Amino acid sequence: MSTYAKTVTFGVTLGSLVLLTGCELGPKTVSQVGYRGAGLNQINDPDHMAKAAAIPAAPYAVPEDTGPLASESYQNVQVLGGVSAERFNHLMAAITQWVAPPAQGCNYCHNPENLASDEKYTKIVARKMIQMTWNINTKYASHVKQTGVTCYTCHAGNAVPQYKWTDAVASPNPGRIRGAKFGQNAPDPNVGYASLPSQGFTDYFQNANQIRVASSSAYPSKNHVVSIKAAESSYGLMMHLSSSLGVNCTYCHNSQSFRSWSLSRAQRATAYYGIRMVRDTNDQYISSLQSVFPAYRKGPLGDPYKVNCMTCHQGLSKPLGGKSMIADNPVLKGPPIAQAAVVPAEGGPNADETVPDAFNTPAAMTDTTKATQ
Amino acid sequence: MARYQNIFTQVQLRAAPEMGPALPPGSFDRIGKGFFNYWMGKFGNAQIGPIYLGTLGMASLVCGFLAFEIIGLNMWASVNWDPVQFARQLFWLALEPPAPKYGFQLFVPLAEGGWWQMAGFFMTTSVLLWAARTYRRARELGMGTHIFWAFMSAIWLMVVLGFLRPMLMGSWAEAVPFGIFPHLDWTAAFSIRYGNLFYNPFHCLSIAFLYGSTLLFAMHGATILAVGRYGGEREIEQITDRGTASERAALFWRWTMGFNATMESIHRWAWWFAVLTPLTGGIGILLTGTVVDNWYLWAIQHGYAPSYPGTGTIDPATLPGAPQ
Repeated sequence: MSTYAKTVTFGVTLGSLVLLTGCELGPKTVSQVGYRGAGLNQINDPDHMAKAAAIPAAPYAVPEDTGPLASESYQNVQVLGGVSAERFNHLMAAITQWVAPPAQGCNYCHNPENLASDEKYTKIVARKMIQMTWNINTKYASHVKQTGVTCYTCHAGNAVPQYKWTDAVASPNPGRIRGAKFGQNAPDPNVGYASLPSQGFTDYFQNANQIRVASSSAYPSKNHVVSIKAAESSYGLMMHLSSSLGVNCTYCHNSQSFRSWSLSRAQRATAYYGIRMVRDTNDQYISSLQSVFPAYRKGPLGDPYKVNCMTCHQGLSKPLGGKSMIADNPVLKGPPIAQAAVVPAEGGPNADETVPDAFNTPAAMTDTTKATQ
Repeated sequence: MARYQNIFTQVQLRAAPEMGPALPPGSFDRIGKGFFNYWMGKFGNAQIGPIYLGTLGMASLVCGFLAFEIIGLNMWASVNWDPVQFARQLFWLALEPPAPKYGFQLFVPLAEGGWWQMAGFFMTTSVLLWAARTYRRARELGMGTHIFWAFMSAIWLMVVLGFLRPMLMGSWAEAVPFGIFPHLDWTAAFSIRYGNLFYNPFHCLSIAFLYGSTLLFAMHGATILAVGRYGGEREIEQITDRGTASERAALFWRWTMGFNATMESIHRWAWWFAVLTPLTGGIGILLTGTVVDNWYLWAIQHGYAPSYPGTGTIDPATLPGAPQ
């Protein structure tokens, strides 16, 4: 073999190996999640699946809801006043464990000289966050079902949840091409490393921009003028959902028609409520704290850190692997009065039970006797 | 005298390079003196050059270079002229068409899509000039103009995507960005926006011709190689004789599937399949958004989308009390 041929052979081999470094080796697991023959499969790489955060042991067993109320035992209890002091203390211990940096403990939110004081911003934020948790666990049972969320779902031991977003800084040189990316065309994990627009959070998780881009009519109409660029933006958001949940498109959609609800899995409806939940959370409970947060807890444009799907899901289709922490922390289930009165869940009665049983048994869906649209 | 001339045994001539006949008055010169390369001889002719560029060729290369530079420099600028980031993000970088707010207006600010318009203009001009060059070169050699028309078919699809469809839709934003991943993401977004392009019958035809082209190419290539031992690559000169490579190749297919193309018609088959691929594809793109807005719903209306059992999932937006 001539030197020339050897060099060429070596170059080709090396090049091929370099190209292969992008591959994920190892076996994948495939599970069928819908009607046969339509590619409705979930493909997972067991080596690269996100691991659920370990749930810390409760500080101590949840006490009985008896005895004096927190409002009777302590001063300046604005939100948790209707909770018994016993359970109030239990929740405080839990929050310290879930959120506060260990070195600071109670003092992360409280002035140790005067626990009732509101002088620390963290205390004001924590108060709002408890109301937020109640709102999520009651109004958005359509999304969180009976599992519910606690502070730990997002915080996971961090003072600030690991996954959050802020408004993106526009191009540094408006009207010039230098640094002009138009919010896309960069390997961004928020869009699964596609080149899709990755700054859709403001559009969809704060403003209620239309996510649906496909037409409900076969023919063009003046009522449905949607640009391809809007479709790319919506697609970018879907990549965020997909990577946040560690699932592929067919977890919710049938690729025959991404738009069709009657072909979609019930998970898509769950996601629908989740998107509204995120919007509501950012709008009602986080943006309203803008003046409370110090500058180092805000983005470059001065807006506070906001939530998206990844904040809770952290790469899992069910946050914390679907484990509920509500039973050990009953105070977070909802406001004390509202728990007695029935708060209608979004989506009408039984919205939290709308997952048809069929989805738990995909094989049952292979019944070919009756095909419907 | 070597008998079996195929890729493994082909005789490579070594003499003064073939320079071709003298050019008519007023022509540019052919460029290069010609040289031989042993390895190129394994793939085709061992003689490289000379090449005739001429007016059209040079104009085409200038326009192509301008388009390439506009795209590349815009991409580089988008990473603040950082050479490392330019290399790392190259597959992600793009030159985007104007935003929807500009509609189909002729002059868009350069940084907002004006550069895209210019790159598109120069790229289109470049390929059209190159096509004209293939026409003129073919005529100069006394050939038919099949290569020109085939090239024009590909250019048709390109012009539909970048100009004709945006014009009919009244928006440059409908056009394809320049960039490796960006144009692929655009393609996927296009299908999602228009309700699954696989239900576009012209897309179906285009795929059939595309796959058909590869199949025909494989069949023809395999057939000719298989009769290489009888000199099958000298296709046409053998067609009137018995027992030749040409007759064996024809009989193989007649006895295998009952029908055989001829040495002449197989090339017509291949040419039409190749030409119809972008031709039908371009029609399909042109109809999307202008005549049909959701191909899946259109296919249901026309009874050819397969139906699957409904899942019972209801659009929450239609439920009373659901957040919008």
